[in-house]
Amino acid sequence: MEAALAFVVGMLFAVAIYLLLSEHIIRMLLGLVLLGNGVNLLIFAAGRASAVAPPIIPVDADVPSAVTANPLPQALILTAIVISFSFFAFLLVLAYRVYQDLGTDDTDRMRLAEPEDDDLPPLGY
Amino acid sequence: MATPGLSPELLTAATLTAPVRLANYLVALPVVVPLLFASGLLMMRGRLRWQPAVAIAGMTVLLVINLLLLRRVASEGPQVMMMGAWKPPFGIAFTADRLGVLFACAAAVVALACTIHAAATVSLQERRYGFFPFLFVMIGGVSGAFLTGDLFNLYVWFEVLLIGSFGLIVLGSEHRQLDGATKYCFLNLIATTFFLVATGLVYGLFGTLNMADIAMKARSMEPNGEVVTIATLMLVAFGMKAAAFPLNNWLPASYHTPRFVVSALFAGLLTKVGVYALIRVLLMLFPAERGGLSMVVAGVAAATMIVGALGALAQSDLRRFLNYLVIAGIGTILAGLALPLPLSSEPTAGPLQAGLSGAIFYAVHSMVVMTALYLAASLMTRRADSASLHEIGGLWRSSPLLAAVTLVLLIAVSGLPPFSGFWPKLMLVQAMIGGGMGWLAAVILLSGFLQTIACARLFALAFWRPAPAVDRGTDEPGAMAAAGVRAAAVSIARVMAEGRSEPSMLPLLVLALLAVAIGLWPQGLASLTGAAAGGILDPAGYHLSVFGGAS
Amino acid sequence: MRSVILRATAPYLTALMVLFSIFVLLRGHNEPGGGFIGGLIAASAFAIYGIACGVASVRQAMHFHPLAIAGAGLMLAVLSGCLSIPLERPFLTGLWAFPAVLGGDVGLSTPMFFDIGVYLVVVGSISAIALALEEEDS
Repeated sequence: MEAALAFVVGMLFAVAIYLLLSEHIIRMLLGLVLLGNGVNLLIFAAGRASAVAPPIIPVDADVPSAVTANPLPQALILTAIVISFSFFAFLLVLAYRVYQDLGTDDTDRMRLAEPEDDDLPPLGY
Repeated sequence: MATPGLSPELLTAATLTAPVRLANYLVALPVVVPLLFASGLLMMRGRLRWQPAVAIAGMTVLLVINLLLLRRVASEGPQVMMMGAWKPPFGIAFTADRLGVLFACAAAVVALACTIHAAATVSLQERRYGFFPFLFVMIGGVSGAFLTGDLFNLYVWFEVLLIGSFGLIVLGSEHRQLDGATKYCFLNLIATTFFLVATGLVYGLFGTLNMADIAMKARSMEPNGEVVTIATLMLVAFGMKAAAFPLNNWLPASYHTPRFVVSALFAGLLTKVGVYALIRVLLMLFPAERGGLSMVVAGVAAATMIVGALGALAQSDLRRFLNYLVIAGIGTILAGLALPLPLSSEPTAGPLQAGLSGAIFYAVHSMVVMTALYLAASLMTRRADSASLHEIGGLWRSSPLLAAVTLVLLIAVSGLPPFSGFWPKLMLVQAMIGGGMGWLAAVILLSGFLQTIACARLFALAFWRPAPAVDRGTDEPGAMAAAGVRAAAVSIARVMAEGRSEPSMLPLLVLALLAVAIGLWPQGLASLTGAAAGGILDPAGYHLSVFGGAS
Repeated sequence: MRSVILRATAPYLTALMVLFSIFVLLRGHNEPGGGFIGGLIAASAFAIYGIACGVASVRQAMHFHPLAIAGAGLMLAVLSGCLSIPLERPFLTGLWAFPAVLGGDVGLSTPMFFDIGVYLVVVGSISAIALALEEEDS
């Protein structure tokens, strides 16, 4: 089970890194989302996936009645999903603003902060 | 008041029952207070004129709390609070040791100085957009990152501070800013995602996320490739956050685009959080693997120092110049993490401990001085009406106090005596030579020399020389006078309409005085950083404080 | 969007979704659900209302600014953790009370208030982002 998950994680990372290497913001954004999903699966695999009962304690008991799945990776993944979702929303707005204001989503053409023709400081006075 | 449905035996087995006094809460308050102020300020949208006063009060409270915590930790050792009363290693531990609290204190000082500066410079429009709430969210994240004792929780605080910093960096939404923010946001998010990958692998390997637990388990584990992989991933992730070569290019692309006060905050706090995490993870959790990576860290440190110094020499914009000085400082700090493992059985003495102590000292100095330099750049730009070294000049005559303060800061950042940058560099060079890395000591000195040249030129151009005659299209005296009257009228109108005023020199003076004081009386801070370094290299005390000797 | 069907149904849909989001929020204590997912449902309800009837009417309907709602949520969440201070328990400890209201026990707990705080934070911040996007479209 973990081997299959590891394979999927590897594929997701490969696709994500390919997209992140693109010069277009929207592709980089998709790459980040895939990277986040890959990491979530990785945490899930790190908590050891197996076919056991869900980690829910019955109403009338103090402890689970049988061996249950590890609940901690799910808590971690939930946190990571929430965080990556909110960042995705923020970056989407940012990318949209950039496209509207700068008229491009090509990072190679975004040279406003570091202009190419910036000259050296004066060498004497 | 008990949890329903749980028998008392189970409850005492799973949770801590000892009462927690208000004094113990000092560990959690540096996070609670900024978040409370952030939420309060978010709700104060109708009272924008009160926001600066509330923000300054909040930062003062935070500083007092951090200083009280520092006093307690320095006298009693690491302080712990288990969130939700769950027993370690299952609950999230907040563990304040000397390293974390020292950084948190420096961060609070820097944040207070920036808030005072922001009170005068942030317009009503920017307050409505949420400058102060974002500021407090970011400070809360920074404090949380310094004080948490749980690896995943560290990731969460990193994201909290990122959210705050994203809000601050796009404040104003100028075109240049959007460009810089895009690069800043993407690369920082990728770095934290790498950190999350490493955290997932740590959990898979050790089955725990509590730092004290991991530190002990990693020390008793046979060296293997998996831990080396984790350590390398952590080095990449935090190296990127700290702007270490070759992952430093996002910093000079973005730090000069937002508001000056935001640049000052970022330069003082954010890269240092990356450095803190590097120290915590590489030296406390995985020391053996870090020892194997020693030459890599040394090479990265050397390249970062040289790139930073050369970059500073080539910049004509004030803040882009400072950006490279930040990078050079990061390289100097990293040099202290590069020494090989001590051969003797005593881990808390020798060159590594001395180097780490110097690195922590340098990081504290860099937080104070870099923030002050960006604030000084803010004042210089305001007075000269330009940020380019081609156009600034004659500030010595028009603002002598600013010139004197900036001179002190430039000398401090170059590492010359008698100010705060000298002693940590001396400690680092001594440790390098003692640890058999004489070449790295030479690189530190070379980088310091280049930085001195760059800083001297900045001072000569911006302050010393007479103001250059820049053609601004107003040649006639009458037109100039009219322009002057118009500019004065505009600035008065701005003060009336936007709640802005000329920022005071006070925060800058205080930070500069701190740099002078650290330079003249370094013993107190040096002994504190020495103890902090010892606590990192030998985490037995850290472990004992979390587990109470039980495990 | 100029669709009569959407404009006519959007208010009812929004009301239903907000109601459902509160149900999901309160159900979240022992069963699937919770503040985050409930907040997302409520935020999407406001987004739909905005698509149908315009951003201005959403802002009017929400009465408070979305970010102020998020601030209130953050404060509620932090304060529910701070309730442990007077009881000498560590921060964020789950505390319970069962006051009898109208003859039945009502389970009040700090995790519940924390979750309501999360709900408000999510509603506020996500609808602020959604409204910003919709505003720029029109």
